[in-house]
Amino acid sequence: MEMEMEIRVDRDRCAGSSLCVSYLPDVFDQSDDDGKVLLRTAEPGADAAQAVRGVVTRCPTGAITVRARDAQEVRDA
Amino acid sequence: MPKSLKAPDQAPLVETVVPGTSDRAWIANGYDEVRAILSDTRFSTTPPAETAEASRRLVQPGNLLQYDPPEHTRLRKMLTGEFTLRRVRTLEPLVEGIVEDRLDALEGAGQPVDLVGQFVWPTASLTGCAMLGIPRDDQTELTRHLDNNRLDNPDREQRDMAGTAYLVYLGKLMRQKRRDPGDDLLGRLIRDHGRSLTEAELTGTAATLLASLIPITGGTLGLGLVGLLENPDQLALLVERPELIDHAVEEVIRSVTIIPHASPRTAKEDVAIGDQVIKAGDFVACSLLEANGARPPGEPQDTLDITRDNSGHMAFGHGLHYCLGASLARMELRAAISRLLRRFPKVRLAVPRDELRFTAKSVETLPVTW
Repeated sequence: MEMEMEIRVDRDRCAGSSLCVSYLPDVFDQSDDDGKVLLRTAEPGADAAQAVRGVVTRCPTGAITVRARDAQEVRDA
Repeated sequence: MPKSLKAPDQAPLVETVVPGTSDRAWIANGYDEVRAILSDTRFSTTPPAETAEASRRLVQPGNLLQYDPPEHTRLRKMLTGEFTLRRVRTLEPLVEGIVEDRLDALEGAGQPVDLVGQFVWPTASLTGCAMLGIPRDDQTELTRHLDNNRLDNPDREQRDMAGTAYLVYLGKLMRQKRRDPGDDLLGRLIRDHGRSLTEAELTGTAATLLASLIPITGGTLGLGLVGLLENPDQLALLVERPELIDHAVEEVIRSVTIIPHASPRTAKEDVAIGDQVIKAGDFVACSLLEANGARPPGEPQDTLDITRDNSGHMAFGHGLHYCLGASLARMELRAAISRLLRRFPKVRLAVPRDELRFTAKSVETLPVTW
């Protein structure tokens, strides 16, 4: 059973690759002005955990991090 | 990287020297090593020189790949809004229309037909020119300049003249757009950011974008079609299961890896990669081809598997220089490949495979029947 998680995005790091939006359009969005990441929800629920972790790994600039509730922050290693 | 792909032929990180000099250089071939280097901002893509100021003067204006932050951030931000997934989706009907027109023309022309001349280049150049707002009448001349300017053209004089003619044309176009910016990417760039961009930056940006939209996307489509045609089981699977198209497009992009090496890097300080140390001032070449387990143009595409999840491939690069037009390229390849196969599900090579001729980034002709 996956733990509840909280997503954070770093818009300064974001390169506007669109990868997160294309994989998880219910969680991520993209600004029409600068193409950078926006969050639709920071707490997508445990069901989305694995998919979110996949997107964290794929993000070309490591702009997405997830923090499991009551656990250490994980960044793409 | 998928485990099923064979390990690179080369060691993951090889120390060497820049040919003809005693300057130390490294070649990264391993997936993890390439990924680590491309995402590390301690490596610069600005051409190296004695001083930082001299180095900045060597940058081709408008060529984003040669800029480091913060200049890179400033310029890239002006363009990222043009390549969002939402924007790309609004362009989809335009690209599908271009593809369908070309398929009508193929059907009318009769068999065999050269897919590269009649389908691949027209699709890529009509799409690229429509996006940037380049008049239809100028497209033939412009694509000829681009073709003659390719790095592997043995006629150096022709290559240099084509490069000059290309920039002269785009300079003229940008001055015209300054006076009358249309509702296209370059027009919007001028309207929104024209005051903070020099003429050289504007022309260079147009030159860089078009040189990716046409030869790079077109080259990937042509070589990707070769890969599908020489793997008839994969092609038949895609015809039978059209819902695999997104996987197939990703696999085509990986298997072609049209840009074999990422832009050269220079270490700004000592950087440890695994148990090796790349010293400040060392040059680094990252082989996207090796890291992706891809084959150079002309070699058999014996790893093509359209069911594979290869979403971690680095054909679009990695890090802050990740391809700005990746979503557009995916959409264009999806429209072209899926509609070609829908119209001609029995498409096959009309000549033996070993008669195909290749350049560094494309197949010269691709005669097919259906």
